Amino acid sequence: MDSKANPPAETSTKSITGAEIVIRCLNEEKVKFVFGYPGGAVLHIYDAIYKQNGFKHILVRHEQAAVHAADAFSRATGEVGVALVTSGPGATNAITGIATAYMDSIPLVVISGQVPVPAIGMDAFQEVDMVGVTRPCVKHNFLVKDVNDIASTIKKAFYIAKTGRPGPVVVDIPKDITAHIADFVYPKTVEMRSYSPVSKGHSGQIKKAVKLLLEAKRPMIYTGGGLVLGDGAEELIKLARALNYPVTNTLMGLGGYPATDKQYVGMLGMHGTYEANMAMQNCDVLLAVGARFDDRVIGNPKHFGGVKRTIIHIDVDPSSISKRVKVDVPIVGHVQSVLAEMNEILTQEKPKTNISDWWKQIGEWRLVHGGRYEQSSTVIKPQYVIEKLWEVTKGDAYVTSDVGQHQMWAAQYYKFDKPRRWINSGGLGTMGVGLPYAMGCQFADRNAQVACVTGEGSIQMNIQELSTCAQYHLPIKVILLNNRYLGMVRQWQEFFYEDRYSESYMDSLPDFVKLAESYGHVGMQITQPSDVEGALKEAFAKKDKFVFMDFITEQKENVFPMVENGKGLSEMELPKAKGAKQ
Amino acid sequence: MKHIISLLMENESGALSRVAGLFSARGYNIESLTVAATEDPTLSRMTIVTTGSDDVIEQIIKQLNKLIDVVKVLDLNDGKHIERELMLVKVKASGVFKDEMKRMCDIFRGRIIDVADNSYTIELTGSCSKLDAFIEAIDKTAILETVRTGASGIGRGDRILKV
Repeated sequence: MDSKANPPAETSTKSITGAEIVIRCLNEEKVKFVFGYPGGAVLHIYDAIYKQNGFKHILVRHEQAAVHAADAFSRATGEVGVALVTSGPGATNAITGIATAYMDSIPLVVISGQVPVPAIGMDAFQEVDMVGVTRPCVKHNFLVKDVNDIASTIKKAFYIAKTGRPGPVVVDIPKDITAHIADFVYPKTVEMRSYSPVSKGHSGQIKKAVKLLLEAKRPMIYTGGGLVLGDGAEELIKLARALNYPVTNTLMGLGGYPATDKQYVGMLGMHGTYEANMAMQNCDVLLAVGARFDDRVIGNPKHFGGVKRTIIHIDVDPSSISKRVKVDVPIVGHVQSVLAEMNEILTQEKPKTNISDWWKQIGEWRLVHGGRYEQSSTVIKPQYVIEKLWEVTKGDAYVTSDVGQHQMWAAQYYKFDKPRRWINSGGLGTMGVGLPYAMGCQFADRNAQVACVTGEGSIQMNIQELSTCAQYHLPIKVILLNNRYLGMVRQWQEFFYEDRYSESYMDSLPDFVKLAESYGHVGMQITQPSDVEGALKEAFAKKDKFVFMDFITEQKENVFPMVENGKGLSEMELPKAKGAKQ
Repeated sequence: MKHIISLLMENESGALSRVAGLFSARGYNIESLTVAATEDPTLSRMTIVTTGSDDVIEQIIKQLNKLIDVVKVLDLNDGKHIERELMLVKVKASGVFKDEMKRMCDIFRGRIIDVADNSYTIELTGSCSKLDAFIEAIDKTAILETVRTGASGIGRGDRILKV
């Protein structure tokens, strides 16, 4: 936002409408983009938007996409994402976006219109109890019933969204409140007796943790989305290098540690690398940073707990600690500050044990699977597309994904060296996020390479956003791995339902090339493995064009390794020899 | 194991639903829940009686603390405490029951607060288990209606839950 566009530091104005107050609040928060969709209950706010130039409003084609785009903007920049929707269906359309952000702890402020206060509870046109509906999937929410409360509520909303464990906050504002007049005063600070997030970790616990780490014989560092969101990557790299310990990232944590580094053992979990899962299972001291031991990460908690190891867990949210796995040394605090304090101690001390045997063991595990897949000269392998995407973009793109097999391949084969580059729905697993996520990333950085890795199932869940991309000239590259199946559903049906492919075939697909072209985008279809690299280069050379790349891939490729639901981390399925059936 | 959790939260509309919603969403038990404003009208005091393993109770406390409107949470079972519940029981008071109910009421130190032609309404306060014991002790066929408030709890002596 251009600071000249706003009055200087002045934070009070006499007698303006509630709608204007909303705009002024967003300006005070230095919001650059508001993703939204107008409607009856927010008409006053949209009128105020028309008359301002502090932020840019991005008109999406469906409210779900507005929230996803705001969410991705936040993931890419670390700033609070903002979405604006109308009451009733506008608000309920936003729910999937809000729940997605909630599961991944993304700071958002979602402003929803509401019917006028006297109409609340009357089953008015486009009325829904937004505060009630969103309660289970927000960090907090507010219904503003007095124009004098708008500014303090929005101030609180931003504060709550971005502090502590971040999350989405909904502010529901009835239409009449946006028409009422009040003096605008934006509070400088927020004081809430009921909310005071911790930042610094307990020094005694931190010392204890470092001591344990230094004495470890088979150490392991496991980091999640919290490390990325807490901007702790730099401190973690320092710590890991000082110790020379192996590091694994969760799906949400990719990029938290450079994937091309020799200490990196890959992603862990259901589709993690063999070496990461084995090291996780067999380590004697585990440092968990901003991760939550969820079911897709450690598999069966009983199996995981069957091996004795000492666990140190750093997290800003006390409720994430000892939730699924008992922790020996809990450290509640901001990951960046806790890691910095650990690094401070490590300038004086060095590991007391030689862990070369442990590294040797990990080296052996690396060879077991090593991300191998069977290459083909006749049909495009999805993994190959991602490998080439990494090469062509020099590992420096923002990569968004939808949910399913393509998501796992993107996570496995694109080597993320920087945090905030891998943007996916890890917790809720929301199909349809890929394209709006790519929009959010492209707004975050207009010159960046943005790739949306998707499937033909997922992309159709928010395909209407091709129109938004055209309107704002977003040069996104869609990498569609088109296998004509809901691939992950099909894989599970192959493994666990004796090949009964119930409703997992995607029939009646559009001609994606023509579809893209109809919006004024570039469409490409790639069917030969030999064309993959050239096509990617051609697409990314079109720096100002949205390119939709329809890769016709192997239909029944499976994602490996795989830890079956309910199994332990070390009980991975690996691909059988050529031609063999699982 | 049964735990009595006391909490102070902002006295705002929807506050109760946040707590109730948390318990149902995460599958925690609620045996009883009582809430009313405190001497400071901006604060509500809630007493929740729940059951669960130590791990579950730990999670409940953490999750309650995580609610933005919650100011303080205390597991009363962590120390000495007092619990009291109020029960109103309407019982048959005709024939053999007339004297029997009066006698049982006296034994449990209840009070008859309404007398009708064929029934008494007895007011009884005490710990949840005392109220249970009363119900156990009287003839089931005499009970016409019961209503209980759920427990309110407070720490003994210096244990004070205040902002």
